[in-house]
Amino acid sequence: MGFEKFLFYLFALITLWAAGMVVSRRNPVHAVLFLVLAFVSSAALWILMEAEFLGIVLILVYVGAVMVLFLFVVMMLDVDIAALRAGFIDYLPLGLLIAGIMAIEIFLIVGPANFGLHAFPAPAPAGTDLNNTRELGLLLYTVYVYPVEIASVILLVAIIAAIRLTLRRRPDNKYVDPARQVRVKKGPDRIRLVKMASETPVPVVAPALEKESDE
Amino acid sequence: MTELWNALPLVIQILLKITAILLPLLGLVAYYTLAERKVIGYMQVRIGPNRVGWRGVLQPIADAVKLVMKEIIIPTKADKTLFLMAPMLAIAPAMAVWAVFPFDEGLVLADINAGLLYILALSSLGVYGIIIAGWASNSRYALLGAMRSAAQMVAYEIAMGFALVGVLVAAGSLNLGAIVAAQQGGLFSWFWLPLLPLFGVYLISGVAETNRAPFDVAEGESEIVAGFHVEYSGMGFAVFFLAEYANMILISALTALLFFGGWLSPLPQVWVDGVFLLDDGFHWLLLKTLFFMYLLLWLRATFPRYRYDQIMRLGWKVFIPITIVWILVVALAVVYKLPPWWSV
Repeated sequence: MGFEKFLFYLFALITLWAAGMVVSRRNPVHAVLFLVLAFVSSAALWILMEAEFLGIVLILVYVGAVMVLFLFVVMMLDVDIAALRAGFIDYLPLGLLIAGIMAIEIFLIVGPANFGLHAFPAPAPAGTDLNNTRELGLLLYTVYVYPVEIASVILLVAIIAAIRLTLRRRPDNKYVDPARQVRVKKGPDRIRLVKMASETPVPVVAPALEKESDE
Repeated sequence: MTELWNALPLVIQILLKITAILLPLLGLVAYYTLAERKVIGYMQVRIGPNRVGWRGVLQPIADAVKLVMKEIIIPTKADKTLFLMAPMLAIAPAMAVWAVFPFDEGLVLADINAGLLYILALSSLGVYGIIIAGWASNSRYALLGAMRSAAQMVAYEIAMGFALVGVLVAAGSLNLGAIVAAQQGGLFSWFWLPLLPLFGVYLISGVAETNRAPFDVAEGESEIVAGFHVEYSGMGFAVFFLAEYANMILISALTALLFFGGWLSPLPQVWVDGVFLLDDGFHWLLLKTLFFMYLLLWLRATFPRYRYDQIMRLGWKVFIPITIVWILVVALAVVYKLPPWWSV
Protein backbone atom coordinates (compact mmCIF):
# COMPACT_ATOMS: atom_id res chain seq x y z
CA MET A 1 0.00 0.00 0.00
CA GLY A 2 2.87 2.35 0.83
CA PHE A 3 4.27 2.46 -2.69
CA GLU A 4 0.82 2.90 -4.19
CA LYS A 5 0.19 5.87 -1.90
CA PHE A 6 3.51 7.38 -2.93
CA LEU A 7 2.56 6.96 -6.61
CA PHE A 8 -0.82 8.54 -5.99
CA TYR A 9 0.68 11.64 -4.38
CA LEU A 10 3.36 11.84 -7.07
CA PHE A 11 0.86 11.76 -9.94
CA ALA A 12 -1.59 14.03 -8.10
CA LEU A 13 1.17 16.60 -7.59
CA ILE A 14 2.19 16.38 -11.26
CA THR A 15 -1.43 16.82 -12.33
CA LEU A 16 -1.93 19.90 -10.16
CA TRP A 17 1.40 21.44 -11.16
CA ALA A 18 0.71 20.84 -14.86
CA ALA A 19 -2.80 22.28 -14.55
CA GLY A 20 -1.33 25.37 -12.88
CA MET A 21 1.20 25.74 -15.67
CA VAL A 22 -1.58 25.50 -18.31
CA VAL A 23 -3.07 28.77 -17.11
CA SER A 24 0.16 30.54 -16.18
CA ARG A 25 2.46 29.85 -19.14
CA ARG A 26 2.96 32.72 -21.55
CA ASN A 27 3.59 30.49 -24.54
CA PRO A 28 0.33 28.86 -25.75
CA VAL A 29 2.13 25.82 -27.18
CA HIS A 30 3.76 25.19 -23.80
CA ALA A 31 0.36 25.58 -22.15
CA VAL A 32 -1.14 22.91 -24.44
CA LEU A 33 1.77 20.57 -23.74
CA PHE A 34 1.24 21.00 -20.00
CA LEU A 35 -2.41 20.14 -20.54
CA VAL A 36 -1.23 16.94 -22.23
CA LEU A 37 0.93 16.21 -19.18
CA ALA A 38 -2.07 16.80 -16.91
CA PHE A 39 -4.12 14.30 -18.98
CA VAL A 40 -1.37 11.69 -18.87
CA SER A 41 -0.92 11.92 -15.13
CA SER A 42 -4.67 11.80 -14.52
CA ALA A 43 -4.74 8.67 -16.69
CA ALA A 44 -2.07 7.28 -14.38
CA LEU A 45 -4.31 8.13 -11.39
CA TRP A 46 -7.20 6.24 -13.00
CA ILE A 47 -4.99 3.23 -13.59
CA LEU A 48 -4.04 3.37 -9.90
CA MET A 49 -7.78 3.18 -9.16
CA GLU A 50 -7.90 -0.06 -11.21
CA ALA A 51 -9.83 1.65 -14.01
CA GLU A 52 -7.25 0.76 -16.63
CA PHE A 53 -9.73 0.86 -19.51
CA LEU A 54 -10.68 4.45 -18.73
CA GLY A 55 -7.06 5.42 -18.21
CA ILE A 56 -5.93 4.00 -21.54
CA VAL A 57 -8.93 5.47 -23.36
CA LEU A 58 -8.18 8.88 -21.84
CA ILE A 59 -4.71 8.71 -23.37
CA LEU A 60 -5.95 7.28 -26.65
CA VAL A 61 -8.77 9.77 -27.21
CA TYR A 62 -7.69 12.97 -25.50
CA VAL A 63 -3.91 12.80 -25.70
CA GLY A 64 -3.65 10.86 -28.95
CA ALA A 65 -6.31 12.63 -30.99
CA VAL A 66 -7.98 15.67 -29.44
CA MET A 67 -4.85 17.34 -28.09
CA VAL A 68 -2.95 16.68 -31.32
CA LEU A 69 -5.58 18.66 -33.21
CA PHE A 70 -5.53 21.31 -30.50
CA LEU A 71 -1.75 21.62 -30.76
CA PHE A 72 -2.11 21.75 -34.53
CA VAL A 73 -4.44 24.76 -34.30
CA VAL A 74 -2.46 26.55 -31.59
CA MET A 75 0.76 26.23 -33.60
CA MET A 76 -0.88 27.75 -36.67
CA LEU A 77 -2.45 30.65 -34.78
CA ASP A 78 -0.46 33.70 -33.83
CA VAL A 79 -1.85 34.18 -30.34
CA ASP A 80 -1.08 37.62 -28.92
CA ILE A 81 -0.68 36.79 -25.26
CA ALA A 82 -0.28 40.46 -24.22
CA ALA A 83 -3.73 41.34 -25.54
CA LEU A 84 -5.21 38.39 -23.71
CA ARG A 85 -3.70 39.56 -20.44
CA ALA A 86 -4.67 43.21 -20.85
CA GLY A 87 -7.75 43.08 -18.65
CA PHE A 88 -6.30 40.77 -16.02
CA ILE A 89 -6.58 43.17 -13.04
CA ASP A 90 -10.05 44.41 -14.10
CA TYR A 91 -11.49 40.93 -14.23
CA LEU A 92 -9.62 39.63 -11.18
CA PRO A 93 -12.40 40.31 -8.60
CA LEU A 94 -15.04 38.64 -10.77
CA GLY A 95 -12.75 35.70 -11.47
CA LEU A 96 -11.92 35.25 -7.79
CA LEU A 97 -15.64 35.40 -6.92
CA ILE A 98 -16.50 32.67 -9.43
CA ALA A 99 -13.52 30.57 -8.36
CA GLY A 100 -14.61 30.97 -4.73
CA ILE A 101 -18.18 29.87 -5.50
CA MET A 102 -16.90 26.85 -7.41
CA ALA A 103 -14.55 25.91 -4.59
CA ILE A 104 -17.41 26.09 -2.08
CA GLU A 105 -19.66 24.00 -4.33
CA ILE A 106 -17.00 21.36 -4.76
CA PHE A 107 -16.37 21.36 -1.02
CA LEU A 108 -20.10 20.87 -0.30
CA ILE A 109 -20.20 17.78 -2.51
CA VAL A 110 -16.85 16.11 -1.95
CA GLY A 111 -15.99 17.62 1.42
CA PRO A 112 -15.08 15.36 4.33
CA ALA A 113 -18.72 15.29 5.50
CA ASN A 114 -20.00 13.38 2.43
CA PHE A 115 -16.88 11.91 0.97
CA GLY A 116 -14.80 10.64 3.87
CA LEU A 117 -13.88 7.02 4.43
CA HIS A 118 -16.95 6.57 6.67
CA ALA A 119 -19.29 7.61 3.84
CA PHE A 120 -17.43 5.75 1.09
CA PRO A 121 -15.38 2.90 2.48
CA ALA A 122 -12.49 1.96 0.20
CA PRO A 123 -13.62 -0.85 -2.11
CA ALA A 124 -11.76 -4.11 -1.83
CA PRO A 125 -9.18 -4.31 -4.62
CA ALA A 126 -10.41 -6.54 -7.43
CA GLY A 127 -8.16 -9.36 -8.52
CA THR A 128 -5.99 -9.12 -11.60
CA ASP A 129 -8.37 -11.54 -13.33
CA LEU A 130 -11.18 -9.00 -13.44
CA ASN A 131 -11.60 -7.83 -17.02
CA ASN A 132 -12.23 -4.14 -16.65
CA THR A 133 -13.22 -3.56 -20.27
CA ARG A 134 -15.71 -6.40 -20.22
CA GLU A 135 -17.33 -5.27 -16.97
CA LEU A 136 -17.67 -1.72 -18.24
CA GLY A 137 -19.13 -2.90 -21.56
CA LEU A 138 -21.65 -5.15 -19.84
CA LEU A 139 -22.85 -2.26 -17.67
CA LEU A 140 -22.96 0.27 -20.49
CA TYR A 141 -24.95 -1.94 -22.86
CA THR A 142 -27.42 -3.34 -20.35
CA VAL A 143 -28.12 -1.06 -17.38
CA TYR A 144 -27.16 2.22 -19.05
CA VAL A 145 -28.16 1.40 -22.62
CA TYR A 146 -30.56 4.36 -23.03
CA PRO A 147 -28.14 7.05 -21.81
CA VAL A 148 -25.44 5.57 -24.05
CA GLU A 149 -27.69 5.52 -27.11
CA ILE A 150 -29.00 9.04 -26.48
CA ALA A 151 -25.51 10.42 -25.96
CA SER A 152 -24.30 8.79 -29.16
CA VAL A 153 -27.21 10.20 -31.16
CA ILE A 154 -26.48 13.68 -29.81
CA LEU A 155 -22.84 13.27 -30.78
CA LEU A 156 -23.85 12.12 -34.26
CA VAL A 157 -26.02 15.21 -34.68
CA ALA A 158 -23.09 17.35 -33.55
CA ILE A 159 -20.77 15.67 -36.07
CA ILE A 160 -23.20 16.23 -38.92
CA ALA A 161 -23.74 19.85 -37.91
CA ALA A 162 -20.01 20.49 -37.68
CA ILE A 163 -19.37 18.97 -41.10
CA ARG A 164 -22.27 20.95 -42.58
CA LEU A 165 -20.79 24.19 -41.22
CA THR A 166 -17.49 23.57 -42.99
CA LEU A 167 -19.15 22.90 -46.35
CA ARG A 168 -19.14 26.33 -47.90
CA ARG A 169 -18.70 25.93 -51.64
CA ARG A 170 -16.81 28.88 -52.98
CA PRO A 171 -17.28 29.42 -56.74
CA ASP A 172 -13.52 29.72 -57.29
CA ASN A 173 -12.82 26.53 -55.39
CA LYS A 174 -10.91 24.07 -57.55
CA TYR A 175 -11.11 20.42 -56.75
CA VAL A 176 -10.55 17.15 -58.56
CA ASP A 177 -13.02 14.32 -58.91
CA PRO A 178 -11.04 11.10 -58.44
CA ALA A 179 -13.73 8.99 -60.13
CA ARG A 180 -13.40 11.05 -63.31
CA GLN A 181 -9.61 10.97 -63.07
CA VAL A 182 -9.60 7.21 -62.89
CA ARG A 183 -11.98 6.89 -65.83
CA VAL A 184 -9.58 8.68 -68.20
CA LYS A 185 -8.58 6.47 -71.16
CA LYS A 186 -5.40 6.45 -73.16
CA GLY A 187 -6.73 7.95 -76.38
CA PRO A 188 -8.87 11.04 -76.88
CA ASP A 189 -9.43 11.68 -73.13
CA ARG A 190 -5.88 12.79 -72.54
CA ILE A 191 -4.90 14.60 -75.69
CA ARG A 192 -6.92 16.39 -78.33
CA LEU A 193 -5.37 17.02 -81.73
CA VAL A 194 -6.69 20.10 -83.42
CA LYS A 195 -6.25 20.76 -87.14
CA MET A 196 -5.53 24.36 -87.85
CA ALA A 197 -3.93 26.52 -90.49
CA SER A 198 -0.26 27.30 -90.04
CA GLU A 199 0.56 30.54 -88.23
CA THR A 200 0.71 33.74 -90.25
CA PRO A 201 4.27 35.10 -90.28
CA VAL A 202 5.02 37.69 -87.62
CA PRO A 203 5.35 41.19 -89.11
CA VAL A 204 8.88 42.53 -88.89
CA VAL A 205 9.21 45.41 -86.44
CA ALA A 206 11.46 48.32 -87.23
CA PRO A 207 14.73 48.17 -85.18
CA ALA A 208 14.36 51.71 -83.82
CA LEU A 209 10.92 50.98 -82.47
CA GLU A 210 12.13 47.74 -80.89
CA LYS A 211 14.82 49.59 -78.95
CA GLU A 212 12.29 51.94 -77.48
CA SER A 213 9.94 49.19 -76.46
CA ASP A 214 12.83 47.49 -74.68
CA GLU A 215 13.00 50.27 -72.11
CA MET B 1 19.09 -22.10 -13.24
CA THR B 2 15.43 -21.55 -12.38
CA GLU B 3 16.27 -21.26 -8.67
CA LEU B 4 18.87 -18.63 -9.46
CA TRP B 5 16.30 -16.71 -11.52
CA ASN B 6 13.66 -16.92 -8.80
CA ALA B 7 16.16 -15.76 -6.18
CA LEU B 8 16.58 -12.43 -8.00
CA PRO B 9 14.49 -9.47 -6.81
CA LEU B 10 11.44 -8.71 -8.95
CA VAL B 11 12.84 -5.37 -10.16
CA ILE B 12 16.02 -7.05 -11.42
CA GLN B 13 13.97 -9.76 -13.14
CA ILE B 14 11.87 -7.14 -14.94
CA LEU B 15 14.93 -5.12 -15.92
CA LEU B 16 16.57 -8.25 -17.33
CA LYS B 17 13.43 -9.05 -19.31
CA ILE B 18 13.31 -5.50 -20.69
CA THR B 19 16.95 -5.81 -21.75
CA ALA B 20 16.21 -9.14 -23.38
CA ILE B 21 13.49 -7.47 -25.46
CA LEU B 22 15.18 -4.17 -26.28
CA LEU B 23 18.67 -5.34 -27.20
CA PRO B 24 17.56 -7.69 -30.02
CA LEU B 25 15.05 -5.03 -31.09
CA LEU B 26 17.73 -2.35 -31.44
CA GLY B 27 19.98 -4.82 -33.25
CA LEU B 28 17.13 -5.60 -35.62
CA VAL B 29 16.56 -1.86 -36.17
CA ALA B 30 20.25 -1.37 -37.02
CA TYR B 31 20.26 -4.20 -39.52
CA TYR B 32 16.85 -3.20 -40.90
CA THR B 33 18.47 0.03 -42.13
CA LEU B 34 21.14 -2.02 -43.89
CA ALA B 35 18.52 -4.39 -45.28
CA GLU B 36 16.57 -1.42 -46.61
CA ARG B 37 19.57 -0.05 -48.48
CA LYS B 38 20.53 -3.48 -49.80
CA VAL B 39 17.03 -4.57 -50.82
CA ILE B 40 16.18 -1.30 -52.54
CA GLY B 41 19.62 -1.33 -54.11
CA TYR B 42 19.08 -4.74 -55.68
CA MET B 43 15.55 -3.80 -56.77
CA GLN B 44 17.05 -0.81 -58.59
CA VAL B 45 19.94 -2.91 -59.99
CA ARG B 46 22.57 -1.33 -57.74
CA ILE B 47 24.82 -3.07 -55.23
CA GLY B 48 24.12 -0.97 -52.16
CA PRO B 49 26.64 -0.38 -49.36
CA ASN B 50 29.54 -2.85 -49.66
CA ARG B 51 32.62 -1.07 -48.29
CA VAL B 52 32.50 -1.63 -44.51
CA GLY B 53 33.06 -5.25 -43.55
CA TRP B 54 32.23 -8.26 -45.68
CA ARG B 55 29.66 -7.07 -48.28
CA GLY B 56 28.88 -4.12 -46.05
CA VAL B 57 27.63 -6.02 -43.01
CA LEU B 58 29.33 -3.56 -40.64
CA GLN B 59 27.71 -0.54 -42.30
CA PRO B 60 25.09 0.09 -39.52
CA ILE B 61 27.86 0.12 -36.91
CA ALA B 62 29.90 2.57 -38.97
CA ASP B 63 26.80 4.75 -39.34
CA ALA B 64 26.11 4.66 -35.60
CA VAL B 65 29.71 5.62 -34.77
CA LYS B 66 29.55 8.47 -37.25
CA LEU B 67 26.28 9.79 -35.83
CA VAL B 68 27.51 9.57 -32.23
CA MET B 69 30.67 11.49 -33.07
CA LYS B 70 28.81 14.31 -34.81
CA GLU B 71 28.14 17.61 -33.12
CA ILE B 72 24.57 18.26 -32.01
CA ILE B 73 23.57 21.64 -33.35
CA ILE B 74 20.76 23.53 -31.66
CA PRO B 75 19.32 26.33 -33.80
CA THR B 76 19.70 29.75 -32.13
CA LYS B 77 16.03 30.62 -32.02
CA ALA B 78 14.83 27.10 -31.24
CA ASP B 79 12.90 26.27 -28.09
CA LYS B 80 15.82 24.46 -26.48
CA THR B 81 13.99 22.29 -23.95
CA LEU B 82 11.37 21.07 -26.39
CA PHE B 83 13.96 20.68 -29.14
CA LEU B 84 15.90 18.24 -26.96
CA MET B 85 12.76 16.54 -25.63
CA ALA B 86 11.22 15.77 -29.03
CA PRO B 87 13.48 12.81 -29.98
CA MET B 88 12.88 11.26 -26.56
CA LEU B 89 9.13 11.67 -26.98
CA ALA B 90 9.43 9.92 -30.34
CA ILE B 91 11.43 6.94 -29.14
CA ALA B 92 9.90 6.34 -25.69
CA PRO B 93 6.46 5.14 -26.94
CA ALA B 94 8.11 3.17 -29.76
CA MET B 95 10.03 1.17 -27.14
CA ALA B 96 7.35 1.04 -24.43
CA VAL B 97 4.84 -0.57 -26.80
CA TRP B 98 6.84 -3.82 -26.72
CA ALA B 99 5.98 -4.31 -23.04
CA VAL B 100 2.71 -6.06 -23.87
CA PHE B 101 3.84 -7.82 -27.04
CA PRO B 102 3.69 -11.62 -26.68
CA PHE B 103 6.53 -13.43 -28.47
CA ASP B 104 5.25 -16.92 -27.83
CA GLU B 105 2.59 -18.68 -25.78
CA GLY B 106 2.90 -16.91 -22.40
CA LEU B 107 6.22 -15.29 -23.28
CA VAL B 108 5.32 -11.66 -22.57
CA LEU B 109 6.61 -8.96 -20.23
CA ALA B 110 3.21 -7.65 -19.06
CA ASP B 111 0.19 -9.83 -19.85
CA ILE B 112 -2.53 -7.20 -19.48
CA ASN B 113 -6.17 -7.57 -20.47
CA ALA B 114 -6.34 -4.40 -22.53
CA GLY B 115 -3.13 -5.11 -24.48
CA LEU B 116 -4.47 -4.02 -27.86
CA LEU B 117 -5.76 -0.73 -26.43
CA TYR B 118 -2.41 -0.13 -24.76
CA ILE B 119 -0.60 -0.56 -28.07
CA LEU B 120 -3.05 1.73 -29.84
CA ALA B 121 -2.74 4.40 -27.12
CA LEU B 122 1.04 4.36 -27.06
CA SER B 123 1.44 4.39 -30.81
CA SER B 124 -0.84 7.42 -30.92
CA LEU B 125 1.61 9.22 -28.61
CA GLY B 126 4.42 8.92 -31.15
CA VAL B 127 3.04 11.87 -33.11
CA TYR B 128 4.00 14.28 -30.32
CA GLY B 129 7.70 13.75 -30.97
CA ILE B 130 7.16 14.73 -34.59
CA ILE B 131 4.95 17.77 -33.93
CA ILE B 132 7.15 19.10 -31.14
CA ALA B 133 10.30 18.59 -33.21
CA GLY B 134 8.74 20.52 -36.07
CA TRP B 135 7.58 23.38 -33.90
CA ALA B 136 10.59 23.66 -31.61
CA SER B 137 13.06 23.84 -34.52
CA ASN B 138 11.64 27.24 -35.46
CA SER B 139 12.00 26.40 -39.14
CA ARG B 140 9.35 26.65 -41.83
CA TYR B 141 10.20 23.36 -43.49
CA ALA B 142 10.17 21.54 -40.18
CA LEU B 143 6.82 23.05 -39.19
CA LEU B 144 5.29 22.15 -42.56
CA GLY B 145 6.53 18.58 -42.19
CA ALA B 146 5.13 18.37 -38.67
CA MET B 147 1.73 19.67 -39.79
CA ARG B 148 1.50 17.19 -42.65
CA SER B 149 2.53 14.36 -40.42
CA ALA B 150 0.06 15.26 -37.67
CA ALA B 151 -2.87 15.47 -40.09
CA GLN B 152 -1.89 12.19 -41.71
CA MET B 153 -1.41 10.32 -38.46
CA VAL B 154 -4.70 11.48 -36.97
CA ALA B 155 -6.54 10.48 -40.16
CA TYR B 156 -5.05 7.01 -40.41
CA GLU B 157 -5.23 6.30 -36.71
CA ILE B 158 -9.00 6.21 -36.98
CA ALA B 159 -8.97 3.69 -39.82
CA MET B 160 -6.36 1.65 -37.97
CA GLY B 161 -8.37 1.74 -34.75
CA PHE B 162 -11.48 0.54 -36.58
CA ALA B 163 -9.52 -2.27 -38.23
CA LEU B 164 -8.40 -3.36 -34.77
CA VAL B 165 -11.99 -3.15 -33.54
CA GLY B 166 -12.76 -5.74 -36.21
CA VAL B 167 -10.00 -7.96 -34.84
CA LEU B 168 -11.25 -7.70 -31.29
CA VAL B 169 -14.82 -8.45 -32.36
CA ALA B 170 -13.55 -11.54 -34.18
CA ALA B 171 -11.36 -12.69 -31.29
CA GLY B 172 -13.64 -11.56 -28.47
CA SER B 173 -10.71 -10.23 -26.47
CA LEU B 174 -8.32 -7.31 -26.18
CA ASN B 175 -5.55 -9.54 -24.87
CA LEU B 176 -2.96 -10.22 -27.56
CA GLY B 177 -2.32 -13.77 -26.40
CA ALA B 178 -6.04 -14.54 -26.56
CA ILE B 179 -6.27 -13.00 -30.04
CA VAL B 180 -3.60 -15.41 -31.27
CA ALA B 181 -5.28 -18.32 -29.47
CA ALA B 182 -8.52 -17.48 -31.29
CA GLN B 183 -6.78 -18.09 -34.64
CA GLN B 184 -5.80 -21.68 -33.83
CA GLY B 185 -6.17 -24.22 -36.63
CA GLY B 186 -3.85 -23.56 -39.58
CA LEU B 187 -3.40 -21.12 -42.44
CA PHE B 188 -7.09 -20.70 -43.29
CA SER B 189 -8.35 -20.09 -39.78
CA TRP B 190 -6.08 -17.08 -39.31
CA PHE B 191 -7.89 -13.77 -39.37
CA TRP B 192 -6.45 -12.56 -42.67
CA LEU B 193 -9.13 -14.48 -44.55
CA PRO B 194 -12.37 -13.49 -42.77
CA LEU B 195 -10.98 -10.00 -42.12
CA LEU B 196 -9.32 -9.51 -45.51
CA PRO B 197 -10.50 -5.88 -46.06
CA LEU B 198 -9.49 -4.97 -42.51
CA PHE B 199 -6.11 -6.59 -43.03
CA GLY B 200 -5.51 -4.44 -46.11
CA VAL B 201 -6.66 -1.29 -44.34
CA TYR B 202 -4.52 -2.09 -41.31
CA LEU B 203 -1.36 -2.72 -43.28
CA ILE B 204 -1.74 0.40 -45.44
CA SER B 205 -2.66 2.56 -42.44
CA GLY B 206 0.37 1.15 -40.66
CA VAL B 207 2.59 2.33 -43.50
CA ALA B 208 0.93 5.75 -43.31
CA GLU B 209 1.27 5.87 -39.51
CA THR B 210 5.00 5.30 -39.70
CA ASN B 211 5.31 8.01 -42.38
CA ARG B 212 6.91 5.58 -44.81
CA ALA B 213 6.84 5.65 -48.59
CA PRO B 214 4.42 5.99 -50.39
CA PHE B 215 2.97 8.09 -47.54
CA ASP B 216 6.16 9.97 -46.65
CA VAL B 217 4.97 13.49 -47.44
CA ALA B 218 6.06 14.47 -43.92
CA GLU B 219 9.63 14.26 -45.18
CA GLY B 220 9.13 14.81 -48.88
CA GLU B 221 12.71 15.66 -49.81
CA SER B 222 11.75 17.30 -53.06
CA GLU B 223 9.34 19.74 -51.39
CA ILE B 224 10.37 20.40 -47.79
CA VAL B 225 13.99 19.15 -47.62
CA ALA B 226 13.57 16.56 -44.88
CA GLY B 227 10.46 17.52 -42.98
CA PHE B 228 10.21 17.64 -39.23
CA HIS B 229 13.79 16.58 -38.47
CA VAL B 230 15.53 18.94 -40.88
CA GLU B 231 17.24 20.88 -38.06
CA TYR B 232 18.46 17.82 -36.17
CA SER B 233 22.00 16.53 -36.43
CA GLY B 234 23.97 13.63 -35.01
CA MET B 235 22.24 11.54 -32.37
CA GLY B 236 19.09 13.70 -32.35
CA PHE B 237 18.45 12.68 -35.94
CA ALA B 238 19.51 9.09 -35.25
CA VAL B 239 16.96 8.77 -32.44
CA PHE B 240 14.13 9.81 -34.78
CA PHE B 241 15.42 7.25 -37.24
CA LEU B 242 15.49 4.54 -34.57
CA ALA B 243 11.91 5.36 -33.55
CA GLU B 244 10.69 5.19 -37.14
CA TYR B 245 12.29 1.80 -37.78
CA ALA B 246 11.16 0.41 -34.42
CA ASN B 247 7.63 1.45 -35.36
CA MET B 248 7.96 -0.27 -38.73
CA ILE B 249 9.02 -3.47 -37.01
CA LEU B 250 6.10 -3.10 -34.61
CA ILE B 251 3.60 -2.70 -37.45
CA SER B 252 5.02 -5.81 -39.18
CA ALA B 253 4.99 -7.82 -35.97
CA LEU B 254 1.44 -6.73 -35.12
CA THR B 255 0.21 -7.64 -38.59
CA ALA B 256 1.73 -11.08 -38.12
CA LEU B 257 0.18 -11.37 -34.67
CA LEU B 258 -3.32 -10.05 -35.37
CA PHE B 259 -3.97 -11.33 -38.88
CA PHE B 260 -1.46 -14.13 -39.47
CA GLY B 261 -1.69 -16.20 -36.33
CA GLY B 262 1.46 -14.98 -34.57
CA TRP B 263 3.48 -17.97 -33.43
CA LEU B 264 0.98 -20.52 -34.82
CA SER B 265 2.16 -22.91 -37.48
CA PRO B 266 0.45 -22.58 -40.89
CA LEU B 267 -0.05 -26.35 -41.07
CA PRO B 268 -2.95 -28.08 -39.28
CA GLN B 269 -2.17 -28.93 -35.66
CA VAL B 270 -2.57 -32.73 -36.13
CA TRP B 271 0.27 -32.88 -38.66
CA VAL B 272 2.87 -30.83 -36.85
CA ASP B 273 2.25 -31.64 -33.17
CA GLY B 274 5.69 -32.00 -31.60
CA VAL B 275 7.58 -31.98 -34.90
CA PHE B 276 10.73 -29.90 -34.58
CA LEU B 277 10.48 -26.45 -36.22
CA LEU B 278 7.12 -27.24 -37.81
CA ASP B 279 5.25 -26.93 -34.52
CA ASP B 280 4.04 -23.57 -33.19
CA GLY B 281 6.82 -21.37 -31.92
CA PHE B 282 8.57 -18.04 -31.88
CA HIS B 283 10.32 -18.83 -35.19
CA TRP B 284 7.00 -18.64 -37.06
CA LEU B 285 6.31 -15.19 -35.61
CA LEU B 286 9.82 -14.07 -36.57
CA LEU B 287 9.41 -15.42 -40.08
CA LYS B 288 6.07 -13.67 -40.59
CA THR B 289 7.39 -10.43 -39.11
CA LEU B 290 10.44 -10.50 -41.38
CA PHE B 291 8.18 -11.02 -44.38
CA PHE B 292 6.10 -7.94 -43.56
CA MET B 293 9.26 -5.94 -42.84
CA TYR B 294 10.46 -6.90 -46.32
CA LEU B 295 7.06 -5.94 -47.73
CA LEU B 296 7.45 -2.40 -46.36
CA LEU B 297 10.79 -2.04 -48.16
CA TRP B 298 9.30 -3.51 -51.32
CA LEU B 299 6.50 -0.94 -51.18
CA ARG B 300 9.03 1.87 -50.90
CA ALA B 301 10.94 0.66 -53.93
CA THR B 302 7.75 0.23 -55.96
CA PHE B 303 5.37 3.14 -55.46
CA PRO B 304 5.80 6.87 -56.05
CA ARG B 305 4.77 9.25 -53.29
CA TYR B 306 1.07 9.97 -52.87
CA ARG B 307 -0.20 13.50 -53.36
CA TYR B 308 -1.35 15.11 -50.11
CA ASP B 309 -5.05 15.42 -51.02
CA GLN B 310 -5.06 11.81 -52.24
CA ILE B 311 -3.69 10.68 -48.88
CA MET B 312 -6.45 12.50 -47.04
CA ARG B 313 -9.11 11.16 -49.39
CA LEU B 314 -7.89 7.59 -49.04
CA GLY B 315 -7.85 7.80 -45.25
CA TRP B 316 -11.15 9.52 -44.61
CA LYS B 317 -13.35 8.61 -47.58
CA VAL B 318 -12.20 5.11 -48.50
CA PHE B 319 -10.71 3.35 -45.48
CA ILE B 320 -13.09 4.48 -42.75
CA PRO B 321 -16.26 3.45 -44.64
CA ILE B 322 -14.68 0.07 -45.56
CA THR B 323 -13.78 -0.64 -41.95
CA ILE B 324 -17.20 0.37 -40.61
CA VAL B 325 -18.97 -1.89 -43.10
CA TRP B 326 -16.67 -4.82 -42.39
CA ILE B 327 -17.04 -4.46 -38.61
CA LEU B 328 -20.78 -4.92 -39.15
CA VAL B 329 -20.13 -7.98 -41.33
CA VAL B 330 -17.80 -9.51 -38.75
CA ALA B 331 -20.21 -8.77 -35.91
CA LEU B 332 -23.01 -10.55 -37.80
CA ALA B 333 -20.73 -13.46 -38.62
CA VAL B 334 -19.78 -13.82 -34.95
CA VAL B 335 -23.36 -13.57 -33.73
CA TYR B 336 -24.64 -16.11 -36.27
CA LYS B 337 -21.57 -18.35 -35.81
CA LEU B 338 -20.40 -18.39 -39.43
CA PRO B 339 -18.89 -21.86 -40.06
CA PRO B 340 -15.23 -22.30 -40.46
CA TRP B 341 -14.18 -19.50 -38.07
CA TRP B 342 -16.85 -19.00 -35.44
CA SER B 343 -18.72 -22.29 -35.49
CA VAL B 344 -17.80 -23.22 -31.93
